[in-house]
This record gives sequence, C-alpha cells and structure tokens, in this order.
Amino acid sequence: MQFAGIPLAIFSIVLVVPFVNGVYYTFTDWDGFETTKLVGFSNYAESFQDPTFWSTLRFTALFVVVSLILVNVVAFGLALIVTSKLRSRNFLRTFFFVPNLVGGVVLGVIWQFIFNSALVALANKYNWEIFKQSWLQDTNKAFWALIIVTVWQSSGYMMIVYITGLISIENDVLEASQIDGASPARTLFTIKIPLMAQAFTIALFLTLRSGFMAYDVNVALTGGGPFRTTELISLHIFQDAFANGNFGTGQSKAVVMFLIVALAALVQVSVSKRYEVQR
Amino acid sequence: MNTRARWGKRATFIAGITIAFAYAFPFFLVFVNSLKLKYDILENPLALPIQITWENFQQAYTKMNFFRSLTNSIIITVFSVLLLIITSSMLAYYLARTKTKLSKYIFLVLVASMIVPFQALMIPFMARFAQFVSWNNRGALIFFYIGFGVALSTFLYHGFISNIPTEIDEAASIDGASDLVAFWKIIFPMMRPITATVAIINALWIWNDFLLPRLVLTNETQTLPLSTYLFYGQYSIEYGQAMAGLVLAVIPIVIFYLVLQKQFIAGISQGAVK
Repeated sequence: MQFAGIPLAIFSIVLVVPFVNGVYYTFTDWDGFETTKLVGFSNYAESFQDPTFWSTLRFTALFVVVSLILVNVVAFGLALIVTSKLRSRNFLRTFFFVPNLVGGVVLGVIWQFIFNSALVALANKYNWEIFKQSWLQDTNKAFWALIIVTVWQSSGYMMIVYITGLISIENDVLEASQIDGASPARTLFTIKIPLMAQAFTIALFLTLRSGFMAYDVNVALTGGGPFRTTELISLHIFQDAFANGNFGTGQSKAVVMFLIVALAALVQVSVSKRYEVQR
Repeated sequence: MNTRARWGKRATFIAGITIAFAYAFPFFLVFVNSLKLKYDILENPLALPIQITWENFQQAYTKMNFFRSLTNSIIITVFSVLLLIITSSMLAYYLARTKTKLSKYIFLVLVASMIVPFQALMIPFMARFAQFVSWNNRGALIFFYIGFGVALSTFLYHGFISNIPTEIDEAASIDGASDLVAFWKIIFPMMRPITATVAIINALWIWNDFLLPRLVLTNETQTLPLSTYLFYGQYSIEYGQAMAGLVLAVIPIVIFYLVLQKQFIAGISQGAVK
C-alpha cells in the first residue's frame, strides 16, 4: 500500500473531488463561491432553454462526425502509403507526423494567418473568388476551416495507430492471399481491415474523444466567431462560466457534455469490438 | 515486378510526396514570411523574401519573453513527466501485484476516469483551487498534471507489469530485498520500453497544453503555447513579428522530435496497442 498512497491521494484531490463536487453543485444555487440551498434540476432546465447551447450542441455533433470520418480516412490512407514498399517511406512518415507535435493553439494561429491574410492577399492579387473574403468570417466556411486544421493536425497521430495495426498482420496470411490471386484492393478490404479492427477501435475512440474536447484550435482559429456561431461545446462552457459568470448553468452543461461523451464512447467501443477478429 | 505493380508504386510515391508537401507547407509559409518586411508579406505571401531581415526575430524574442517561457515550459514538462513516471509505475505495480477487490476497484475507477473530459471538472476545479494556486504557480500546475495524467500512465504500466512473471519478485524477496528495493532495482529497469512511451505521451500533452495553464498561470510563469497565443493576439498586425514568434514556438519541439524520432514513433505505437 506504501506504493499507492501518494498517487491515489493526488488523483483524488485533482480529479475525483472536483468531479463529485461539480455534479453536486449543479443541483444547488452555486455562484462560484458558496451554495445556500438545493434547487433540483433548475440549472439543467435553464441550460436547455438557452438557444445558443442547442446550436453549440448541433455544431459540435456535426464537427465530431465530420472530423471523425475525415481524420480516420486520411490517417488510414497515410498509413497505407507509409507501409508500402516505397524507399522514401520513413521520410514521408516524418513529415506526416510533424503537425501533431505542435500544440493546437500554435497551429490555430498559423492557420488564422493563412485564412485571414495569406489567402486573402493572394485572392486579391490573382482574383480567386473563393478566398476573397476570409473563410473565418463565414460560419459555414469557418466550419470547414476548423475541419481542415483538425485533419491536418490529428491524422499523423492516428496514422501511427494504423501503422501499428497494419504491421501486426502476419506475413504468411498476406502471402497466402497473394498466391490465391487476390487483388491489392481485395486483400485490403477482406484481409487487412478485418485483421486490424482493433486499430480502428482505438483510433475511432481517440478521435471521438478529441473531437468532443476540441478547444485549442477553436479558440485560436475562429475564437468562436463570427457571432459565437462556431463555438464548440468546450469553448461554450468556458465562455458561460468564466466570461459570463454563469457557474451553475456552465457546470450543468459540462455535466451534460460528460454524459454525451461517455455514452458516445461506450456505444462506439462496443460496436467496434464486435468487428474485432479473435486470433 | 510487373508493370501494374510499378505503376501502383509510382502513384503511391506521387501521392505521398504531394501530401507531405501539403503538410509541411503551412510551416514553410510561416518561416518564409518571418524573414520578410511587413510590406513584402502583404504584397505576396508566397514569394521568397526579397530582402532577408532578422529584425522580426529579435522583436518577437524580447516581446514574447521567449527565454522565460521556454524555461517555464521545460521545467513544468520535465518535472511533471518525472513525477508521473515515479508515481504511476509504483501505483501500477501495486495494482498489478495485489489481487484484492480493492485494487480491482481502484483500477476500474482509474480506467473510467479517462473518459471524463477536463471541461467537466474545470469549473469546480478553479473555484476550489483559486484561493491557493497563486503562491506557487508552477508547483501547483505540476501537481495538477500528476493528478490528470496518473490514470493513463498507470494503465500503460499496468498492462506491461502484468506480463512480467511474479517469480522475479519472489526471487528478489528470497534474496532479502524489500519491496521498494526489488521494485526500483529489478522491476523498474525492465520496464524501459513502456517508460519511454509514458514519457513521450505525457511530454507531448503537457508541453502543448493550453487550457489548464491558461487558467492557472500568470505572467512570470507562462508556458510557451500561452505566451505565443498572447503575443500573437497583441501583434498579429505586425505580421513579420507574429510569424517569427510562431517559428520560435515551433522550433524546440521539432528539434526534439527530429533527434528522438524513432523513440517517438515507437512510443506512440506502443501506447496505441494497449
């Protein structure tokens, strides 16, 4: 037990206590400093009456679905390129991974410069209609800007997960399929993908989680604008609590977010587990 | 090799090079523009600098307090990672070797906690700690990182320790070694690969973390991502300086990666299988 005391104490102070506390606060009239009475579900009722909370939830759901699909498709493609017989594969892998090293905030401001200044300057010079107005000033285009940066950032990490899956497939299975005359596409879909389903479970779980929790890129790229239309749930909670001082509803929204993430992750993992082949 | 396979290889190569170019391009763009005068940037952001200036870097270096932020980032990352390795490897050893109901429950709580988003804790967390984080910012932040990181690290170590036969522990205790000595002298050195994974995954996270430092740190203790963000916000109109600031923010971690590239990739793929 001497081994476990200190880490468990720190874990409880930093994580367990605030979590339990936070759930309790949502049922009281907490104002960030003190609580005087229990108020039942009124904080939750108030949160769900807030129309911006609904639009944030919709925006976040769309962001999670689209980024999840694109990040994984791109990452899997990169993994296939990097595990092919190319001589330049290690060199390419280095490049694909680099955006992942840099924090979301720094990446966000890099792309803010690209969308707000570089592309606009080029569009004016060469007369490209599509970039004349900055993408970050239009809700729909800003959504795609967020997606582009997220895919660019996360695909390198997920690529590694997929590489691990691809190289775990035994060579004799692949040779057998080649001898049987299976085309590369056939091998990919009927042999490789089913045999590496575990990598998909992990990559999908990680992208799902990071999609819901995305904050850095959101703050640095769009800042939630124009007019709070591109606020993902994380930023919305942050604004509600720390900018507007609504601790009660802010925390209720945070608990709702936790429930959504937990539910989505449970469903995703149990569905993907079903596709995993026992070896 | 038949022609079809050769064409396939060529197509893969072209696709790979194109994507690699696209992935590197934003960094290239930032670097090129950090060397230009303000007027040249707006004239054509894609063009190479007509006249190279290092003025931007000098300005950014002082204004964003680069050296101070870099030191803060290094101190916070190194100490958090070291303490995380010590605490979570010991906790994992205890949990893996003690077969009681309690240890099983503790492990379950740790695993379940990994799904809790930081945002769900952030508000009560700040309300509770706001009174006493001001006296030692960096120390408090390191303490928080241990709390938030211990679950995943313990989980990774736990998987690894379960594969180390208990006979080794028994042999050590027959030779008269205490649990602590046996752990640090015999078990811990055997776990080097997973220690590398824990170190890399946590270092990347802590080095780049933004939300927690934003809540906890003040001026003198700001980390690199934080000071970059604030600097960019203030000087984004001075394009050249803003770009130089971004280059400075990116360089340390990229150098670190290029030096330890093999360990990075191996570490992350180890972490992914678990």
